[in-house]
Amino acid sequence: MKQERKKRVLKLALWTWSWVGSLAVATFGHQFFWNQSKTLTLVTILLNLFIGIGMIVANRNLFNHFDELEQKIHLESLAITLGLTVVVGLTYSLFDLTNIIHNDAEIGMLVGFIGITYLISLLISRKKYL
Amino acid sequence: MKNRVREFRKSHGLTQEQLAEIIEVSRQTINAIEKQKFDPSLPTAFKMSKLFKTTIEELFLYQ
Repeated sequence: MKQERKKRVLKLALWTWSWVGSLAVATFGHQFFWNQSKTLTLVTILLNLFIGIGMIVANRNLFNHFDELEQKIHLESLAITLGLTVVVGLTYSLFDLTNIIHNDAEIGMLVGFIGITYLISLLISRKKYL
Repeated sequence: MKNRVREFRKSHGLTQEQLAEIIEVSRQTINAIEKQKFDPSLPTAFKMSKLFKTTIEELFLYQ
C-alpha cells in the first residue's frame, strides 16, 4: 500500500514539474528562444495543455488511492478552496472593474490564492481529524 | 457515534498499524476512529466487525 502510494506521488510530482516547465517554455519561449514563431508558440501551448491533463489524471489516481478519511479531508479542503476562490475572485475582479485597485486583475494572483487557501484548509482539516 | 474499536483491538493483541493494514486504511484513520473524531464507512465497519467476530451494534454505539 505504501509502495503504491509512493509510486503515485512520484508520478504526480513528475507530471506537475513537467507542466510547470512547459508553462514556462510556453510563456517565455516566443520571446527568448524562437523569434515570435506562431507555429512553435501554438505547439508549446498545446503541449502544456496535454501535460496539464496528464497532471489532472495523476492527481485523480492519487486521490482514488487515499483512504476514506484522507478523501474526506481533501474534499473538505477543496470545497473551502472552491468557495473562497469564487467569492474572493469576483471581489478582486470588481476591484479591478471599479478601478479601486490601479493594476489589472491578474490570473496568477488567483492561482496563488488557490494554492495558499488549499494548503491552509488542508492543515486545518488535518488538525480537526488527526 | 461512540465505538469500542480500541477495546476490541487491544483484546485481539493488535497495534493500530496492524489493524490499519488488515482493514486497508491508514494508521491515522484508525487513530481518528478510536478517538471518535471520525465515523468510518459501512464497508470499514463491516470489515472490523468481521475481524473482531462481533456485530456492528456491539462495536459502534449510535447515541
